[in-house]
Amino acid sequence: MRDAEEGSESPPSQMSGDGPGGSGGESESDRWMPDLRGGNGGGGGGGRWAPPDQVLENVLESVLEFLTAARDRNAASLVCRSWYRAEAQTRRELFIGNCYAVSPRRAVERFGGVRDVVLKGKPRFADFSLVPYGWGAYVSPWVAALGPAYPRLERICLKRMTVSNDDLALIAKSFPLFKELSLVCCEGFSTHGLAAIAEWCRYLRVLDLIEDYIDEEDELVDWISKFPESNTSLESLVFDCVSVPFNFEALEALVARSPALRRLRVNHHVPVEQLRSLMAKAPQLTHLGTGAFRSEPGPGGVLSVSELATSFAASRLLCLSGFRDVNPEYLPAIHPVCVNLTSLNFSFASLTAEELIPVIRNCARLRTFWVLDTVGDEGLRAVAETCSDLRELRVFPLNATEDSEGSVSDVGLQAISEGCHKLELILYFCQRMTNAAVIAMSKNCPDLVTFRLCIMGRHRPDRITGEPMDDGFGAIVMNCKKLTRLSVSGLLTDKAFAYIGKYGKLIKTLSVAFAGNTDMSLQFVFEGCTRLQKLEVRDSPFSDKGLLSGLSYFYNMRFLWMNSCKLTMRGCRDVAQQMPDLVVEVMKDHPDDEGEMETVDKLYLYRSLAGPRNDAPPFVNIL
Amino acid sequence: MEAAADVENLKATELRLGLPGTEEEEVAPPPSTPRAGSKRALAAGEEAKKPVAAAPPAAKAQVVGWPPVRSYRKSCFQASTKSKAAAAPPPQQEEAAAGGLFVKVSMDGAPYLRKIDLKMYKGYRELREALEAMFLCFSGGAVDGAAAFNPSDFAVTYEDKDGDLMLVGDVPFEMFISTCKRLRIMKGSEARGLGGATGVN
Repeated sequence: MRDAEEGSESPPSQMSGDGPGGSGGESESDRWMPDLRGGNGGGGGGGRWAPPDQVLENVLESVLEFLTAARDRNAASLVCRSWYRAEAQTRRELFIGNCYAVSPRRAVERFGGVRDVVLKGKPRFADFSLVPYGWGAYVSPWVAALGPAYPRLERICLKRMTVSNDDLALIAKSFPLFKELSLVCCEGFSTHGLAAIAEWCRYLRVLDLIEDYIDEEDELVDWISKFPESNTSLESLVFDCVSVPFNFEALEALVARSPALRRLRVNHHVPVEQLRSLMAKAPQLTHLGTGAFRSEPGPGGVLSVSELATSFAASRLLCLSGFRDVNPEYLPAIHPVCVNLTSLNFSFASLTAEELIPVIRNCARLRTFWVLDTVGDEGLRAVAETCSDLRELRVFPLNATEDSEGSVSDVGLQAISEGCHKLELILYFCQRMTNAAVIAMSKNCPDLVTFRLCIMGRHRPDRITGEPMDDGFGAIVMNCKKLTRLSVSGLLTDKAFAYIGKYGKLIKTLSVAFAGNTDMSLQFVFEGCTRLQKLEVRDSPFSDKGLLSGLSYFYNMRFLWMNSCKLTMRGCRDVAQQMPDLVVEVMKDHPDDEGEMETVDKLYLYRSLAGPRNDAPPFVNIL
Repeated sequence: MEAAADVENLKATELRLGLPGTEEEEVAPPPSTPRAGSKRALAAGEEAKKPVAAAPPAAKAQVVGWPPVRSYRKSCFQASTKSKAAAAPPPQQEEAAAGGLFVKVSMDGAPYLRKIDLKMYKGYRELREALEAMFLCFSGGAVDGAAAFNPSDFAVTYEDKDGDLMLVGDVPFEMFISTCKRLRIMKGSEARGLGGATGVN
């Protein structure tokens, strides 16, 4: 997902309070009292003011076309009414970080010429089964509004939204110029919906399906056959998460008539024999998702490693992924492209260090590397020794349980920090960690923007000293001056949060689990992290007092999520009463169970111009 | 002060198992004990208030969504291990499960696993009977040989698409078949109470 700046839907001044950016440069005219909640003045507003010089407005619009960043556009829209209107007509990308923060109607009323919509739905903890099924984030009302309002819409990007087949069909039919559809972590649709997109979006360039949950209850539809029969404009086709079988001949034919295709990621039903055929038909590919990467002999027999290597040698690949069921004997086939690779995703391949090392030793230009912890500290050391240009590293656990063996540790982290000084993003799952290794990383990798460390055992201290992990995370916030995203774990006291509040001035996203001693932790964060947008907390001993310490900051944030802490209904009601522009949702795990003090299992609060939503399921209580 | 003395006396006269002079440790409740309202010890044969897939009291409880790995990723590994075990269907096939829906069945304590075809059974009762027949030889024979397959000593659970351990019988049978990836028959103390109280129909 592109990381566009947040805040396109925050109305000016009133809600931001004294946040950075302040009230913007208001017009000097005191007669003019902005009532920007009513939508565009150009529409049905009624002529309360003298209309601005039309020529000036046209010039302004031409100039504003050059502003692309949402942040800049938000600032421009605050200058005066004329700028507000001009900006609203020229904004091409509409980014809505929380689909419930604003109503579709209001969004389309304000912005007239949108070509590109990004919508995000459920809170991130939904990925970990913490948001019950049926919570919401339906894209239907959005599609219904966008259709008539933006007939020239070209691109839709949805993340964690509930998307039905009907929604996809409506998208396909509403936008004749539609070019790009990107669905990330969405659910609710099946191959029926994909068929509608393929069939009706004649100018489709991008169809990216990333970690969606495809409904397999429906009968399967051969959606690949539904693409136009003539040459297509396809540039990217990513469907590795569509785990049902598909029509391979149709895919071969599609690839052959898609001369612009650069990215192709297939699902695990594709063995190397078929992969080779696809590669032959699309020599211009730069991104390839390799499917199963094992043999399934067809009429031509078993493919040899050298034959496969020839295919790779003839390619121009820069990014490889897939390897869903990899037979390690085939790995040497990718050696010819390793030297050019900038991105390699082995995170679904259970490889040992011995299997990884011969490959990684060739990947000197690697910038992005995803891998499973099966390669161990030894594998990571090899990465560190070769990939000095590495910017992003993600190490996932094969066995995602608390008491699994765990093959990577502080040793691997330390090695990476010593070899990969340009690291910007790290996600690291492990069972054992030390403060020393984390501190080393904070010093060796000053460019870190995202630091997400998951010590899988809850409340686990430094494995050597037995101390809490406070100093390690403290060093990260202190030394990594560009840090905007942080996930903490291990045994942590309030001290860690004191550090975070004191030094984490740029942090926008903070994830906390099983950490902290008292409400002071929350207070440190609210008071210190002035740029905080998203705070997600679970299973930490924070009570209403901690929650209320954030009152004056909630309007500056996109959302706060807390589950399994020590919140009560009273505290949550307090917040709801004092903050009218917040929507406060509470959920209980066992609806029949009252408990003593009406404890709250899950709290999700977010600023919103739309007020309480009307599609909430019974288990959601909006205060 | 007096209250403390009273407590001391009370403790002295308390009837407990164990020799006089031995102090029984307080057993700390596990992290995810069901909370006050729904806490009821599931004794053998006692009907649960509602069908609860509660964590067994003594074992290390699994916490929902921790470690934070997306279900998508977890389910991919299940799919890949399954295709290694069974023959992978030819990719061109449109039908998802042409030859039946075979899942592994394990039983705690049994030396090897079995495989059954879920499509062979019309409902939970038939499935249960088949499992009983299959694993009869492993059920409690050690104690006195005449032990029958006592339902309340066993609980049939399954692993669903997301990798979660679920109790068999909660959802309609068709839905169960489509999400069940493998079966596990739990026995002994872990299962006591759950087996007899399921809504198996």
